[in-house]
Amino acid sequence: MKLRHAWLLAFALIVGLLLGGCQRNEPLPLRLTDVSGHMPDLDFALTDDAGQAVTGADYHGKVVLLYFGYTHCPDVCPLTLAHLHVVMERLGPLADGARILFVSVDPARDTPAVMRAYVSAFDAHATGLTGDARAIEALSKRYRSAFTREPASSDGSYEVSHSSAIYLFDRDGRARALATPSASQDDLVHDLHLLLDTGTKP
Amino acid sequence: MNVRCLCVVLICALSCATVHANDAQHIHASHGWIRVLPGDLPAGAYVTLQNDSDRVVSLTGASSPAYTEVMLHQSSTTGGMSRMTMVDALPIPAHGNAVLAPAGYHLMLMKAVHPIKPGDTVKLALKFGDGSTAVIDFVARPANTVDDDTNAGH
Repeated sequence: MKLRHAWLLAFALIVGLLLGGCQRNEPLPLRLTDVSGHMPDLDFALTDDAGQAVTGADYHGKVVLLYFGYTHCPDVCPLTLAHLHVVMERLGPLADGARILFVSVDPARDTPAVMRAYVSAFDAHATGLTGDARAIEALSKRYRSAFTREPASSDGSYEVSHSSAIYLFDRDGRARALATPSASQDDLVHDLHLLLDTGTKP
Repeated sequence: MNVRCLCVVLICALSCATVHANDAQHIHASHGWIRVLPGDLPAGAYVTLQNDSDRVVSLTGASSPAYTEVMLHQSSTTGGMSRMTMVDALPIPAHGNAVLAPAGYHLMLMKAVHPIKPGDTVKLALKFGDGSTAVIDFVARPANTVDDDTNAGH
């Protein structure tokens, strides 16, 4: 009987060590919706706001906050980016380890120059990404996100309805958490601290 | 006789004023501000409207000498999707408030006549159901402003 207990204990210890040693399954006490292991790693081929071709791998080493929107969005996108700016300010110097990637769902109007002017108005840690419509759609679908261009008005202006979620990736490009635009700044700051402490630092 | 006449005229004038007080005279606007975005991108304008009358007053739109076009919009997030829709009228309840705030009702300002900078004051003429208008000062604020008054949920 005692021997059996000892074996069970040893087995539990080994399993525990294996799980603990496995970075990929390392559970983090996240406050936001934990999507670890449920969403694909960060991967895309787009153009950054300096006009350079970039891929997801270019942001490895940084904690990434991915958000879809467009610059002709006067209300919700600026509000979300303004909140993320406050979150970055609260991280202090640690914010240098994080990057806000604002991906345009309106590449027809959002050139790299327009994206640069837009994101710069919010936070120094934000990068605007635009590119080929199909590449943007592929990235959106990869994260079960969606966007729809609404019918244009008489003057040709139009709105784009889009997913409002913010996706958080760790330094190794692994999807970790999902935040809604109404997520509290405290929770975002809390989880970003955890993610900044996780994975491979550059 | 003269005094009586004057009284009649005064009473008439007073009652006429009460009967004919237009929608705009019953609305008190406060906390008007504009989130300024770079270039010629559309901007959102926000304001709190207080109605001191016994009936519902509708905000039906706005115009401004500073922008070519102003539209009353509502943002909504349903099923994880953010969308913006045009609104014909925003009711301001009797003895109540209507708040135009980020992620809700707002005025979308399009095609600025001259570039607007944070710190500028911009006049917007709010239009009400009876056709009356009230000219309100809106303060232009930086793009990354987080409005404390409407930040209760954060």
